[in-house]
Order: sequence, then structure tokens, then C-alpha cells
Amino acid sequence: MASTAPLVVQASLLRRLQKELFGSRVDGLLSIALLAALLAAGLGFFRWALFQAQWAVLGANSTLFAVGRYPVEQQWRLWLLIGLLALATGLSWGLLRAFPGSGGVRALWPRNDHWAAAILAVLALWLPMALHLTPAIKVRWWGIFALLLLARWAAGRYGKAIPQTYRRLFPLLWPLLYLVGMVLISGGLGLVQVPPSEWGGLLLTVLMATFAILLCFPLGVLLALGRRSELPLLRWGSVIYIEFIRGAPLITLLFLGQNILGFLLPGGFSPDRVWRAAWVLTFFAAAYVAEAVRSGLVAVPAGQLEAARSLGLPMPLALVHVVLPQALRVALPATVGQFISLLQDTTLLSLVGLLDLLGTARTVMANPMFLGKNAEVYLVLAILFWSCCVALGLGSRGLETRLNPHSPSAQKA
Amino acid sequence: MTSRPESPPWWRNRRYLPWLVQGVGALLIGVVVAFLLTNLLLNLTARGLLLSWSWLGQPAGFDLAETVLPFDASLPYWQAMLAGLVNTLRVVIAGLVGATLLGTLIGTASFSSNGLLRRLARIYVEVIRNIPLLLQLIFWYFVVFLSLPNGRDALQLPGIVLAKSGLFLGSPALIDGVWQAPLRFTVEFGALLTGLVVYTAAFIAEVVRGGIASVPNGQWEAATSLGLSPLLTLRRIVLPQALRVIVPGLNSQYISLAKNSSLAVACGFTDLYSVAETTLNQTGRAIEVMLILLGSYLVIDLVISALMNALNGLVQLRER
Repeated sequence: MASTAPLVVQASLLRRLQKELFGSRVDGLLSIALLAALLAAGLGFFRWALFQAQWAVLGANSTLFAVGRYPVEQQWRLWLLIGLLALATGLSWGLLRAFPGSGGVRALWPRNDHWAAAILAVLALWLPMALHLTPAIKVRWWGIFALLLLARWAAGRYGKAIPQTYRRLFPLLWPLLYLVGMVLISGGLGLVQVPPSEWGGLLLTVLMATFAILLCFPLGVLLALGRRSELPLLRWGSVIYIEFIRGAPLITLLFLGQNILGFLLPGGFSPDRVWRAAWVLTFFAAAYVAEAVRSGLVAVPAGQLEAARSLGLPMPLALVHVVLPQALRVALPATVGQFISLLQDTTLLSLVGLLDLLGTARTVMANPMFLGKNAEVYLVLAILFWSCCVALGLGSRGLETRLNPHSPSAQKA
Repeated sequence: MTSRPESPPWWRNRRYLPWLVQGVGALLIGVVVAFLLTNLLLNLTARGLLLSWSWLGQPAGFDLAETVLPFDASLPYWQAMLAGLVNTLRVVIAGLVGATLLGTLIGTASFSSNGLLRRLARIYVEVIRNIPLLLQLIFWYFVVFLSLPNGRDALQLPGIVLAKSGLFLGSPALIDGVWQAPLRFTVEFGALLTGLVVYTAAFIAEVVRGGIASVPNGQWEAATSLGLSPLLTLRRIVLPQALRVIVPGLNSQYISLAKNSSLAVACGFTDLYSVAETTLNQTGRAIEVMLILLGSYLVIDLVISALMNALNGLVQLRER
């Protein structure tokens, strides 16, 4: 009996394949044509990737792609930051795992520890090898990965021993780490200043994206509330702002930031080019986030606010405790969608002369040594952006189903 | 003291409070705007760049690689801008048509009875949507179009030749190693158009898919049981209902395509933004150039919105 079970599965799989691919004569022909085209494309791609492509361009420029022209003698600060990040990630991971009952926060973490750790391990071991990094840097990456796993293990093992008051304070680690990170990157407090014009590559892209995402969200929520406010000045102000921003292409706004902001402020007050671009990105994304949040606000019945107000809650408290939690839950997918396009939009910084990932790639391409290696570099950039965007999207979908456990889509999942 | 309920002091009175808040807000905004404008005036006066439009009549002094309107360096700036605007419109209109066709094709493919086709449609959408458009444009231009063969080795079909020097239509001929034809599109135009079409089609496919999915299954079944062929069912029964959901979604995709066309500068196509950038570098007239840019894109957005709203009026259900 037991030996027949796999056979049954196989037969049904075959039958399903047959039904899906060769259900009718037209379908059959279509399938054969598509399979042939896919096979040809796949073979062509593998032949190119294995025999023609020269991946050395990535390893040779790995530092440039990672941090741009960040001064070599100050790069230990970035290593320290990565180490701290790994430590904080490992600790959060372990603590969240040790206390599974902590509600919404739990939804932020992968369901399956072993899979997450395995994927991380493969990436951490294989990437430094594939990029032909120098042994010293390879060892650093492996050390950082070991630190992450160690922190996760320690937090999972001894996390229960920490008194609850300290555990409550733990999430504050992240904003603190962000501030520490900013100091480590830009200098000050006794460290040598590294001006933003020397940041570049992945470092600049990640900084711009996180800065804009963190700031555009509260701004967007305020704008969305403003747009639905009963006060005409607030409402019209928000409407004009949102529609103005949404009517203009981002590149013209970046252009405005680079060329006109200097005229609007008294001489010498104008921020650095990098920060100007960061603020433009933030204000741009805020208008789109506002529209996403508004779609959530619309979904909250008017009775909720009225009930809260009639219980005597002042307007701000009613919004924060009653309306926004419901609205943001509904608006979550659209908001994360905006974050994803914001991450993609950081590539536009390369058009106003900043050396983000794409800008760095373009300067590398201009180097006669690496002429004609466009395909390799752009393919890797595409994979990088794709994985980040897909991860954000998957995370948002997971969070959504766990935050709305009674919605029809969650029941299906 | 009697405990007569007193009305609260005026600064806490419900009747005045909103106006008080708004008044203070307006005052603050007014002060900030006045501060910025004063700075603007001071800075512009200091550099001799006060708002003026007369420079638009001066000769531009730069050539455009590709124009429909006749243009050369001796013609004034406003004609350069106009030529750029026409280029933008050209790519936007061609892009709208192409993206709609491809997007509809992919959107309907995700309802195919062929499982492979259905999955490929999903993969297309998931891959394209998650890669930045700028990266895709650069990829199309530098990796695909610039590595096309030239001269005799060009890709040739009857009446069409695709070479590094462009796409030639209408009996192209090789004269002295250079392709010539009555209708020629440059590779810059080709790369921009391809990139915009491929990118926007992924979003339009999602809109179309959502629209078709919104039509209840019973409609398909009823039409099929009446003996309608699948194609006829789609055209006569499903699409008219799906369009009601699709058209508003298309509107925003069309507008973002128009705005995204400003990324032309990444693949060397001389659209409005790229002409404006050159103009700014030559004249330093940041404010005026900015106003022209914002105004032009606003008008394009509004025209698309107006057309789509008219279309929306046509497809919506008219009830008595």
C-alpha cells in the first residue's frame, strides 16, 4: 500500500501537467512553442553567463559599489556599523523567537528560522567567494555572519532571563542604532567628518532609501489626515501640495532641488547636494504615501471617529488610538507599494550627478578598462533591486495576513 | 459663587478654535513663503537673473540629435523647447498605444487555459515591476540597442531594417554602407519606447487582470452555455463589464507613463526634459525653465486625464 502512494502522486502530477499544457490542440501547440522559446532563451543565457560574461568587473570594483569613494582609512567605521547591525538583528530575532506571544511584532519575523538561517548562510559563504574579495574582507564577512548567528542563539537561550522592564526597552535599540549609524557614517563626536559627497554606491542608496522611507511615512499620514480634515485651509493646503507633487515627474523635482533650492534660502544655508536630493525624495514620496493612507482612512466608517469623540477623546487621541490603527492596516499594501517604488526611485539620483548604485555603475562603465561590461553590471544591479523589492512585497503580504486574521484573503492563505 | 456652566474662554471655544488654528497656520505659511520669496528675489537680483522671458527668443546654439520639426542651432530657445516637447509627445503617444496593447495581451494571458502561458504572464509582471525603470531603460539602450549590428549585418525583414543607426521603415536601402529610408527612428527613441512600453505594460496587465477578475464567473458560464465562442464571450460579455473597472486604473498608468518619459535623458533621447537641462546649463534661467517644465507636464497630465474621463463616461453603466 505504502509503495503505491508516490505513484499516485506522480500520475496526478503528470495528468495535471497534461491538462495544463496540452488541454486542447491550440494549447498544445502554444505550449510547445513557448517551451522551445524558453529553452532557447535559457540556453543562450547560460552560455553567455558561463562562457562569455566577464564577472571580474564586479569583484574589481566591489568597494566602489559598496561604499563609493568613502575614505579607506575611515572604512572601519562602516565595518563596525555592519557588526552592530548584525548584532542587533541577531538579538531581535532571538528575542522575538523566545517570546512568541508578542502580537503584531511577531509578524515581522520569518516563520521558519532554519530556512532563513540557511539562506543567510549560503549567501554569506558564497557571495564573498563569488566576488573574489580579498581574504581579509572575506574573513570579516564570515565573522559578521557568525556574530549574527551567535547573537540569535544567545538571545534565544538566555533571553528569558532578562527582566521584563529591560525587554520592553529593547525595541528602542533600533532608532538608537540609526542615530549611531548616522554618526559613524558622517562623523562628528570626535570622529573625522566624511562629507556626503564621498558617500556612494550601496551605502548611499540604502541611506537615501531608509531616510526617505522613515520620514515620508509620518509626513504622508499628516497630509492624508489634512486632506480629510474639516478645516478648509488644512484641506486645501494638503490637496494643493499632493496634486502638485503628483503632477510633476520626480526628475523635474530633483532638478528643482538641485538648481532652485539654493535661490530660496539665504546664501550659505543651502544643504549639501546629497541632503537636498534626500529631502526632495522624502517630500515626493510623502504625497504618494498620503494617497495610500487616504485610501485606508476612507475605509474606516465615520461612526468610529464619532464614537471616539462622543466618549470624550480629544481629536488627536481619537485619530491616533481609533482611526489610524484601522486605516493603516487597510492602507498597508498600498503604503509598502509606495516604499517599493521609492526604493526604485533612488536610482534617479544618478541623473542629478550623485553616485548611488546606478551612478557608480555608470562611472565604472566609463572606465576604459571595463568598457562593454554593461550587461554584467546592470544584470547584477537588477537582481539586487529585484530581490529587495520582492522581499519588501512578500513581507508586506505576510504582515497583512497576520494583521487581518479574519479577512477573506488571510483565510485563504 | 453659583455653578452656572460658563462658556469656555475664547481661546478654547469650539466655535473659534478651528479658525484660530487655521489663522495661525496661514500666518506661519505666509511668513515662510514671504521669507523664501524675499530670498529668491535677493538672490536673483544679485545674479542678474530676475524673471524674464526674452531669452527664449535668443538663438539656442545647440543642435538636437532628433527632431520632427525642422531645427538647427541658429533657431531660438523656444523652438528648441517646442521640438523637445514634440519629441516627448511622440514617445508618450507611441508608448500609450504600445503599452496598452502589450499590457492587455499579458493581462488576458493570465486567464489562459494554458498553464505555462498563465505562469509566464505572472512572472513577467513580477520581474518587470520590481526592477527600477531607469535601470531597464539603460539596459535597453546600452546592452540591447547599442549592440545591434550595423551596415550589411543589420537585422533585415522585408521593408524593415533594424541597425545600430536606427529603425528604418519603408523600402530601406544600403547606400555607401549607410542605411537610408523614408521613415527612420533612432535607437535612442527605440530604447526609450521599448523600456517604457515593457515597464508600463506590466502595470497595465495588472489593471486588466483585476478588471477581468472583477467580472463574476457566472457571466462566462452563461455566455458559454448560450453557445458563444471564448473570443466572442470576451469581446461581447466580459470586456464591456471589465472596462468599467479597467479605465480608471489605466488613467493613472497613462499619467505615470507620461511622467516617466522624462527619463529619456538616460538613453540620450532629446525630450523636453533633456532640452530644458541643456537650456538651463547655457542660460542659468532656473526658475523659468522649471516653470516651463512643470507647466508642460501638468498640461500633458491634464489632457490625458480629461480624455480618460471622457472614455470613462462612455464605458460606465448608464442607469435610468
